[in-house]
Amino acid sequence: MSAVVAEHDDHHDHHDHGPAKGLLRWIITTNHKDIGTLYLLFALAMFFVGGAMAMVIRAELFEPGMQFVNPQFFNSMTTMHALVMVFGAVMPAFVGLANWMIPMMIGAPDMALPRMNNMSFWLLVAGVLLLASTLFMEGGAPASGWTLYPPLVLQTGNALPFAIFSVHLLGISSIMGAINIVATIFNMRAPGMTLMKMPMFVWTWLITGFLLIAIMPVFAGAVTMLLTDKFFDTSFFDAAGGGDPVLYQHIFWFFGHPEVYVMILPTFGVASTIIPVFARKPLFGYSSMVYATAAIAFLSFIVWAHHMFTVGMPIAGELYFMYATMLIAIPTGVKVFNWTATMWKGSMTFETPMLFSIAFVVLFTMGGFTGLMMAVAPVDFQYHDTYFIVAHFHYTLVPASVFILMAAGYFWLPKWTGHMYDERIGRLHFWLSVVSVNILFFPQHFLGLAGMPRRIPDYAVQFADWNMISSIGGFIFGASQLLFLYVVIKTIKGGTGEKVTDEVWEDAAKHSLEWTLSSPPPYHSFTTPPKVIPTEHF
Amino acid sequence: MNEITKQKNAKLVRILVFVVLGMFGFGYALVPIYDVLCEVTGLNGKVEASAVKDVGYEIDKNREITVEFMTALNEATAMVFRSEMKKLKVHPGEYYTVNFYAENKTDKVMVAQAIPSISPGAAAEFFKKTECFCFSEQTFQPREGRTMPVRFVVNPDLPEKYKTITLAYTFFDNTEASVKK
Repeated sequence: MSAVVAEHDDHHDHHDHGPAKGLLRWIITTNHKDIGTLYLLFALAMFFVGGAMAMVIRAELFEPGMQFVNPQFFNSMTTMHALVMVFGAVMPAFVGLANWMIPMMIGAPDMALPRMNNMSFWLLVAGVLLLASTLFMEGGAPASGWTLYPPLVLQTGNALPFAIFSVHLLGISSIMGAINIVATIFNMRAPGMTLMKMPMFVWTWLITGFLLIAIMPVFAGAVTMLLTDKFFDTSFFDAAGGGDPVLYQHIFWFFGHPEVYVMILPTFGVASTIIPVFARKPLFGYSSMVYATAAIAFLSFIVWAHHMFTVGMPIAGELYFMYATMLIAIPTGVKVFNWTATMWKGSMTFETPMLFSIAFVVLFTMGGFTGLMMAVAPVDFQYHDTYFIVAHFHYTLVPASVFILMAAGYFWLPKWTGHMYDERIGRLHFWLSVVSVNILFFPQHFLGLAGMPRRIPDYAVQFADWNMISSIGGFIFGASQLLFLYVVIKTIKGGTGEKVTDEVWEDAAKHSLEWTLSSPPPYHSFTTPPKVIPTEHF
Repeated sequence: MNEITKQKNAKLVRILVFVVLGMFGFGYALVPIYDVLCEVTGLNGKVEASAVKDVGYEIDKNREITVEFMTALNEATAMVFRSEMKKLKVHPGEYYTVNFYAENKTDKVMVAQAIPSISPGAAAEFFKKTECFCFSEQTFQPREGRTMPVRFVVNPDLPEKYKTITLAYTFFDNTEASVKK
């Protein structure tokens, strides 16, 4: 396949131009590559901010007793760590990848709504800054856990309205990003790029976009009810006025469960993109991957109450939510099977992106199994609000979403920058991460089963040993991520000096369109649609 | 980007914005949906907020159910609130009256509302009250204390598996909200 180099179309009435000069370029840009870069760098910065909060948590839990911070601040840390990682790091990172990759993967010149694209990024920054500012307010940052359950969250000090407005801004930002991505995928595909020829990453983002459009407004509504309950005498969740705090949990998890799939579906998409390239085979079961993704998205809307088995649900409700939740294991199992089958008898090589992807398949499956354990309503009473659930969702987020984001970084950095990253440091980063992430989170299963509750700054002495091991793993994991920062900076500045080809990875252009462009791609790519569409993934 | 694509984008965005607005409304619609579901199914321990008519049930002398009474206040409510008894053994179908005592500990007039809750939640629909201080707001003069009755009956249709029903009341100081109304 020959490279399709973007050419300037002389018949256009507007003239294409390169990036604006100076810093202003990054503020006013409407270019999908610039905005993708902004999203990715912002997410990376927030990954370290949220990570620093996790280090505070692990330092305090290193041994029993109170060491460094007071309990109120500790609870602020658990709350802010979650909010920053979810809304500031993982979600923006995937939106950044979508911005960079989707137009290049479907042969479009840019996103469908470039100006809105710019606005959704800067609203994200405003939202996260507003959230961060609550750390310095009287009464401290929200400390009720990221779920913001009333009545506890209503005891937040001055920070409450600011935290709620920040959720509004983050919600508007994600909704705009999602609308943009859906519009791009529906209307901007190159001729011949039919829906069932799209790369899996594009498919997973299309479905994720619909999830976001459906759930973010519900979350905005829920926090608005909190706001009016606190300041305008409504009683949505206030028992004194006839409301019910459990109602908040229903509304929150109606948003919250699909929300966790917002973070995992694009992860699946990237894994389905990387594994075939390094297995040198087409993705096994492409169409079953598409249907499985859609099935997971649909199921995510009808299982929410498995987060609240202990609120006193009737047995019929528990049985329904238990079986519905277990159903999710089927499409997810299809995916894990397909990734494994893609690698089966492939000519595999183990560059850093592939290492992270294989670790993702293994460790995400473990996180999925603990999820199945908790789906069993009667035993969930033992696991609920213990470190077992903490271990579960960290296994599905850190060695899954975060590992895949790292893999995506290593995989596409050469394409984005035109420079090769340092493979030696990449592998060191991988091995340190994969070992330490297990030292960090595996012992938390034991702690939870033994009864250690989550969101506490101090604990009974019998939990001391595993907490210390977990903290040591946490410190190693945290420090290892600085290697990634080093690799990213070094690659942007010129990398190993090795000139990368357009394909970067052997035969990558067979899999997806972005590898037919130069490395780095021109500022405006596919101003004329590509003529050849890769179809090898069938 | 050509004009046709621009028009298609604008149309799709309009549709999606309507979906967003619809879902925002759906979040609010969950509030009445939830209330209706709780009412229809009797789940969640939500009990009727008004008195039921006196119905003559057949009294089942062979069955005994323990009804426990709990009273609670939060720190913002300056009251004394207790039940005259902790528990009572009752026969389904028979009417009983239990007295509760509440006292305003402040020097101001207080308007307070008691919120009942029954557990297990599924038993709520079988617990009927013909008289209760929780059906309306109670006004207490400064330092006033008074005894208030609750008259109730357990419907004999209550499934066999329920041996104990807990009736919990929480008094909330609603003075500020009531004054505004």
